[in-house]
Amino acid sequence: MPISRREFLKRTVTIAGTSLLGSSTIAHAYQKGGPSIFSTGNTANEGNWKLYEKIEATLPEDRYGVLVDTTRCIGCRRCEWACNEWNKNPNRPIKEFEASVHQEKSVFDAVRRMHAGNFTVVNRFYSSRDGKPIYVKRQCMHCENPACLASCFVDAYRKSTAGPVLHLPHVCIGCRYCMLACPFDVPAYEYYEPLNPQITKCTLCYDRITREGGVPACVEICPAEVMRFGKISELIKLAHERITKNPGKYVDHIYGEHEVGGTSWLYLSSVPFDEIGMRTDIGKTPIPNMSKGFLFGVKMFEIVGAWPLVFGAYYAISKARKKHKSGHDTSPEEKGGSHGEKH
Amino acid sequence: MAKSTNTWFREKILLGMTPRDYIISNVNVPNLIAAVFLSAGVGVMIYRLLFGLGPSTNLSDNYPWGFWIGFDILVGIALAAPGLALGTAVHLFGMKDYHHFVRPAILSSLLGYVFAVFALLFDLGRYYRIPYLIGYSWGFASILFLIGWHFFLYINICLIEWAPALFEWLNLRKLREFFTKMAIWATIFGVIIAGGHQSALGGLYLVVPGKLHPLWYSTLLPVFFLLSAIFAGISMVIFESTISHRVFKRQLKNFDQAQFDRRTIGLGKAAASALFVYFILKFFDIAHYNNWSYLNTPYGYWYLVEILGFVLFPALLFTHAAIRHKPNLVRWTGFLTALGVILNRLNVSIIAYNWYIPISQKYYPIWMEFALSLGVVTMLVLFYRFIVNRMAIMYEHPEYESAH
Repeated sequence: MPISRREFLKRTVTIAGTSLLGSSTIAHAYQKGGPSIFSTGNTANEGNWKLYEKIEATLPEDRYGVLVDTTRCIGCRRCEWACNEWNKNPNRPIKEFEASVHQEKSVFDAVRRMHAGNFTVVNRFYSSRDGKPIYVKRQCMHCENPACLASCFVDAYRKSTAGPVLHLPHVCIGCRYCMLACPFDVPAYEYYEPLNPQITKCTLCYDRITREGGVPACVEICPAEVMRFGKISELIKLAHERITKNPGKYVDHIYGEHEVGGTSWLYLSSVPFDEIGMRTDIGKTPIPNMSKGFLFGVKMFEIVGAWPLVFGAYYAISKARKKHKSGHDTSPEEKGGSHGEKH
Repeated sequence: MAKSTNTWFREKILLGMTPRDYIISNVNVPNLIAAVFLSAGVGVMIYRLLFGLGPSTNLSDNYPWGFWIGFDILVGIALAAPGLALGTAVHLFGMKDYHHFVRPAILSSLLGYVFAVFALLFDLGRYYRIPYLIGYSWGFASILFLIGWHFFLYINICLIEWAPALFEWLNLRKLREFFTKMAIWATIFGVIIAGGHQSALGGLYLVVPGKLHPLWYSTLLPVFFLLSAIFAGISMVIFESTISHRVFKRQLKNFDQAQFDRRTIGLGKAAASALFVYFILKFFDIAHYNNWSYLNTPYGYWYLVEILGFVLFPALLFTHAAIRHKPNLVRWTGFLTALGVILNRLNVSIIAYNWYIPISQKYYPIWMEFALSLGVVTMLVLFYRFIVNRMAIMYEHPEYESAH
């Protein structure tokens, strides 16, 4: 899929008679990220949105999430494969994913992020305690109070009562403000789709977890029990238990419990979280609260503060009109005189 | 009938020339340069529409907003603030002396906004859905929603304010009277609306405390954007009036140079006050967040260039020029101040954004992004010239009494 896309681009660009331009932009595209940036025509977000419309009202009010224990991850990347498979993203044979952990040169050499064609990535870091590799899975955190949702100017996001934050592609204009606002740099964009580009992101497998006994595709395939799907309140309890029962194994912090107001994905780590590529400077305040005060202020100013201005102006106009009239009656020359001066 | 339309076209559009003469009169070096810019810009627009944002820009998932937002929207709208600045001064504070700066200011605001939105269409993935924002799906919690609606309203307000000039040109007296009466109301709402969205453009970046450099990030961002839009607007009035008084000089009968100089210096004083307030607020901002340590870093030096070189320095220059009565210095300083505002907007949107990632991975625009923006600016200038050459913008229409 990515290959054919690239070929297509190359060919059309050459036909357009700008081969020089074409080859350099392709080279650029590779600097911007892996081949998954070429992916277009994502269907997972739209499918989940349709399902959301149908079943959301019937869901019980339980918040679900996933607890990730980074000390257990072996870096097999099967979760990436399963995610692509379930969400019909461009995929490769599962062997290629599993091989990375043993390769001398592998995708782990660079810290990756999600792109249009992949909703999750596993990155490798090295422990500051024992030098061993730590593998960290990344995907949408599904915030309790999502920045993407609040930032969207056409209301193209929904927070399900089950936990997932869903993107509704049928209203999205493609302004990409959600990508700017997201503190975890999650939403990706189909930059190589000229007419109908979409925002793509992890759906927490809304279409799986809302079924009886369903868990996200990545959780299901994981061979090392890194991830645990369940109610958030229970996951937090479990995480605290693990920390207290294994003194010295974890840092005493559950990433996602309070970050930007809490997230559905929770992480445990043996080293401080900034060493495994997680932002620790984002604070506990939900991102939408950063702009709430300002929005309130502007609305108040425009609704309340505007009226004195309007009345003041009305007063000024009527005064000017009176003066204008009296000026006309008494001394038209004076008015003419003041006009000449103006140029 | 055909003949009369023909004369109308010749009188109104071709400035009384035959089509042949009109074309010949337009073959000159500036127009040739404009043609080059235009064709490059239009070419990139077509390329963008055919192939998408990926090949035509350097944008990426880490840099969703680049030069087209940073320059066309943030810089463009700040520099299109003359309508706000002069509308307030003349209509709300009653500074009638400046009233003949108002029409050019309104025209530049109108064209500034229209072309900023036009350029924005190429940055939006699904530009054809832009009406959704107005009547289909509303994101009330979004600052961008506020901005979108305010742009929409403000363009309409500018159209109303500009309409009297249009109907004077078309000789439609009744419509002209109607819009002249409406203009004052439009101006008042315009001040409110423009103030709202100028600050909201800064408000856009309130949601990126982790991505924007601490020296630029502040809860006062909306205030900074509004204040800088005010001195940007005044500087643009100074800058534009300097150029247009030279280019369109033959339109100005009994032009009084001394008078013009006095007004220019008056504008310089206003800009200086806004600059000083801005500088003091910036100072308090650093103190409040205790960001002093950041000043001694590469980003800090860059910040000092912006604040000292393009805020404090022009403020002092304006003051000096006002005291010593040096109108030409005011003009140069106006230019410098506008440059400073451009620098500030690009700093916030591009340079200080994602400040923690290594330089090698940072975004920089490719030539196509520059070409499109340059093409749009060229269109703006051409439209401005087209309208000023035909309508009573720089002078009062002799057949109509003044609205003031």
